[in-house]
Amino acid sequence: MKFNIPIGPQHPALKEPISLRMTVEGEVIRDADLRLGYNHRGMEKLAEEKNWTQNIYLVERICGICSHSHATCYVQGVEKLMEIEPPKRGLYIRYLVSELERVHSHLLWLGVAGHEAGFDSFFMYTWRDREVVMDLLEMISGNRVHYAMNTLGGVRRDLDEIQIKKILDGLVVLRQRTEYYFKIGASEPTFVGRLAGVGYLSKEKAIALCACGPTARASGITADVRKDDPQAVYDEVPFDVCTADSCDVLGRTVVRIKELMESYKICEFLLRNLPAGDIAVKAPKKAKPNEVVSRYEAPRGENIHYIRSNGTERPERLKVRAPTLANYPATIEMLKNGFIADIPLIFAAIDPCICCAERTVELVNARSGEETVVRFGDLRKLAGERFAKSPVKRNAVWPF
Amino acid sequence: MLNRLVRWARKKSPWILHLNSGACNACDIEVVAALTPRFDVERLGVLLKATPRHADVIVATGPVTRQIKDRIIRIYEQTPDPKFVVAVGACAMSGCVYRGAYNSLGGLDQVIPVTAYVPGCPARPDAILDGIVKLLGTL
Ligand code: SF4
Repeated sequence: MKFNIPIGPQHPALKEPISLRMTVEGEVIRDADLRLGYNHRGMEKLAEEKNWTQNIYLVERICGICSHSHATCYVQGVEKLMEIEPPKRGLYIRYLVSELERVHSHLLWLGVAGHEAGFDSFFMYTWRDREVVMDLLEMISGNRVHYAMNTLGGVRRDLDEIQIKKILDGLVVLRQRTEYYFKIGASEPTFVGRLAGVGYLSKEKAIALCACGPTARASGITADVRKDDPQAVYDEVPFDVCTADSCDVLGRTVVRIKELMESYKICEFLLRNLPAGDIAVKAPKKAKPNEVVSRYEAPRGENIHYIRSNGTERPERLKVRAPTLANYPATIEMLKNGFIADIPLIFAAIDPCICCAERTVELVNARSGEETVVRFGDLRKLAGERFAKSPVKRNAVWPF
Repeated sequence: MLNRLVRWARKKSPWILHLNSGACNACDIEVVAALTPRFDVERLGVLLKATPRHADVIVATGPVTRQIKDRIIRIYEQTPDPKFVVAVGACAMSGCVYRGAYNSLGGLDQVIPVTAYVPGCPARPDAILDGIVKLLGTL
């Protein structure tokens, strides 16, 4: 007996609103199908009506969690089109903000993962610690979320000695807290047991389906744009690409915690070696006809902007491929043969939007055509019950 | 007497529904941040609910895309009276950067009545808190 479950699009769990149809047998998902296009705002078209500078603030608002990623990816590309070279100090500050953003995004994700796994105090902990980095970002940029740090040819705000000191102090606190999360992982068998083996994505499948970011790295692929195609400062900064080979949600958690540690290292390096000089150069108003592809490692994976100019002060075409989009095919693969109760966790594991609080899953009984609406909260409860009954996976260990 | 009791209860414990109508997520994470330890709206009795049928206040973000319009109206109708709508962020107020985009309607008040507006892009958690408290003050 097969059931069909449509999920979303009303308040989908994913970053870009989306609708999923699943075919289930009993509690096991056999197939999943994606429908895209909900919540489409028409930004790429809008970008063609705005000039190069205005567009920085537009692309920043593609996504609120990795706003700096989109803006940086865009300015990187436009700077190439305009053939301008931002000064070193500007670049250092730009990528410092990038790394701080990664920290805030990963902390946010850890909290969500904890929440979906039924570990709410973890959620509160990480979100409390996230406020530390939010304060730092606010101090640097003047806003908590949309930093508007980038401009064509550099950044808009400089750092002074006091700020540098404050950031370094903040990083010490964050590092301590992250080490504590390491320990939680190691000492909480229920948490590890809940995450291990969920949403399996083998290495071959991950490559075949072009997964990116932490999702791919958790399947043992060392793909990181910062290393593979280092932009600007990343070839000067020592850091490691973090991977895990458990191929499940546990691996994705581990990768993100490790990446947090790497990000702290990168931030410290950038701050300690901050060169003196200007933070920006003046950019021309127009760009020569040309086209460029810009890559950037956003917290969720590889972000690609394709920009074409036609000699005017507006882009002719701006195409954005956000990492979540690249991870959709992989998500379907992860959902297959999983349990209904694992849907929230698997969704959360590719780092989608956490804020759509009102998520519903509709269960359609294929035989009677009867529909029941299950809220995500209930799903979570269902998941809790299922795992309360099943023995904790004793063989699951925190891989450190 | 009963009315007074109900009003007191409503004021002391507003249940909110968080609604994303095509926002960029920044406003949404700020709404969630308002629930976490630093700001902790729960100490004021504010509780986040997952369904409109339990909610008193709809906290909505985003410029309202064409696709989501009907759903917003449906959610609004599902919310029991008396209901209040707080539009969080420049998007929900007037469309923000998306104003003029072919698929955004440019503001929540184009679709449903709005009681309070919280400006900001994104609105800070304390601003959201302030907005809700001011709204309760008018009850
Ligand atoms: S008001 Fe600004 S931060 Fe809020 S959803 Fe709109 S663009 Fe994003």
